[in-house]
Amino acid sequence: MRSIRRWLAVMAILSCIGSATATDASVPDTLVQRIAACTSCHGEHGEGGDNGFNPRLAGKPAAYLARQMQDFQRGLRHYPLMEHQVMNLSEPYMREIAEYFAAQEVPYATHPAPSVTAEAKARGERLATQGDPARGIPACMACHGPQLTGVQPDIPGLVGLPYDYLSAQLGSWRTNTRHTVEPDCMATIVSRLTDADISAISAWLATRPVPADAHAAPAGSVTPPLRCGVLGG
Amino acid sequence: MRMMKAFLFACLGITTIAHADDIVERGRYLATAGDCASCHTARNGKPFAGGRVIATPFGPIPAPNLTPDAETGIGGWSADDFFHALHEGKGRDGTSLYPAFPFTSYTKVTRADCDAIFAWLKTLPAVRQPALPDTLRFPYRMRWLMGPWRTIFFDAGEYVADASRPASWNRGAYLVQGLGHCNECHARRNSFGAPVTEPFLAGGIIPVQNWYAPDLSMGVNGGLAGWSEADVVTLLKTGRSSRGTALGPMADVVMKSTRHLTDDDLAAIATYLKSLPDPEPRKPGESIAGAKDLVANGRGTYERQCAACHGDDGRGKGDAYPPLDRNPTVTDPTGINVIRAVLSGGFSPATEGNPRPYSMPPFSQRLDDDEVAGVVSYIRQAWSNKASAVSPGDVRAYRSVPGE
Repeated sequence: MRSIRRWLAVMAILSCIGSATATDASVPDTLVQRIAACTSCHGEHGEGGDNGFNPRLAGKPAAYLARQMQDFQRGLRHYPLMEHQVMNLSEPYMREIAEYFAAQEVPYATHPAPSVTAEAKARGERLATQGDPARGIPACMACHGPQLTGVQPDIPGLVGLPYDYLSAQLGSWRTNTRHTVEPDCMATIVSRLTDADISAISAWLATRPVPADAHAAPAGSVTPPLRCGVLGG
Repeated sequence: MRMMKAFLFACLGITTIAHADDIVERGRYLATAGDCASCHTARNGKPFAGGRVIATPFGPIPAPNLTPDAETGIGGWSADDFFHALHEGKGRDGTSLYPAFPFTSYTKVTRADCDAIFAWLKTLPAVRQPALPDTLRFPYRMRWLMGPWRTIFFDAGEYVADASRPASWNRGAYLVQGLGHCNECHARRNSFGAPVTEPFLAGGIIPVQNWYAPDLSMGVNGGLAGWSEADVVTLLKTGRSSRGTALGPMADVVMKSTRHLTDDDLAAIATYLKSLPDPEPRKPGESIAGAKDLVANGRGTYERQCAACHGDDGRGKGDAYPPLDRNPTVTDPTGINVIRAVLSGGFSPATEGNPRPYSMPPFSQRLDDDEVAGVVSYIRQAWSNKASAVSPGDVRAYRSVPGE
């Protein structure tokens, strides 16, 4: 028995030496250290950059984040710098990175509020909370949750995001530079929005206070009004 | 007796099937070694159904459908047709293909290997995807121009083994010169778009993509100076070695091709590269105006932004962060790769041997052209590196992010 223990101890020491030579001991063997390319723009906890375009990742549902990396990799979603980062990553690694950011709990940053007319703000609020049934536009809340904090596991929250990022995303659906798996329900919805609608919705979302509990709503808590590929078709 | 006959017949049948399976499997492996998917599978496209558009200085050239669809793929092709395409660079109708398809290298592939690849392609699910129209610029779209081009720049011929060399060297030479088509990127292209073959694998800028594919010789003046054969094998297998990391188009080659090759084939490739002649020492590049100030400022940027990972001494950190001192990629004649690495950062390829790679932040949003030129110039001249400085104008030229 003792000899087995001794043997195990020797093996344990040897395996430590093995791993120490593989990677320099001064480099932390942590995911955060490995993903410096992500955290340098999105923040160590995915709190988002301060330039208005690098979005917050913290607390967004993991499957949503993993899907975005896949979409960048496949050229469905376009932003050259992001496409370059994820180009040669594997699905399990992207999933691990997504889970890391999804699990982060950090306070929401405040962003400069865009100056919009009261009329535009009211229009944004109406579209986000009620939609426009006459034009076939569902409310943002119909899918993104009653608090717009997203729904597990695939639907992102829309709170605490800067105006520039929000309007750029809606704009990119309109200009066909953001896609996802078919049927691409967001593309359908955005095709029914006018430029003024996009500014109004982005402005209203960007100026809305973040609710006290900003966690995504539980899975199955919304019934999407459209068929969406990202929700399994 | 009848039983015996039936038994023998069954055995023969099984052998034939097993043999056919072997050929198909070998074809799959060879197509991987040839990295056919890199051009013939579009991003997010069906495997080998074509559709990726290859950007060339003469205009974009779409890669055709290689699935066995009768109308839009190679369903109607014979093994002879396929051999003519690889060996002679001629389409089924006898017209010349454009050398974006590397028939200048594939001509070295043996008939048996061509047949195996063809047999494997025939087993793929047929995808109906018509060829995209040729969009080459005038006059290059006039295919007859390929006639004189071929006379000057193309010699058809299978690889001929060098009897004075061991089998592994010949295997390496066959893979590098033929299917691997390494010289299609790792060489300068002349103004007619033909890769320079003398000297072989001597490095060059990849047109349009604008990455520098380094000289692949391993002597003291070579692009892989200081690399061991084991380093070469590790890079091709895992995407990184203690000497450097596969960047840009080479990362794609590792992902789609070399990481899937057998250890024996990778060792053979390294054996062959090791035997490439050592080039003449490179003349130092011309100094640019204001280089001294650039380098002085770059040193500060290096200490603040780079030293934590790459070390004050530029020696990197183990397998996580590559060394910059004595790294021939850092001191390549152009500086393109370092400029791009600083601007765009990125991960080493995620491979079986390195499944959770470390990464480098992109600095394009944080550093302006002067700062990037400074830090790149500093890196190229620090420690024992002695390469020319790069200018802010060089940085501006490569600010567009690498990609398709």
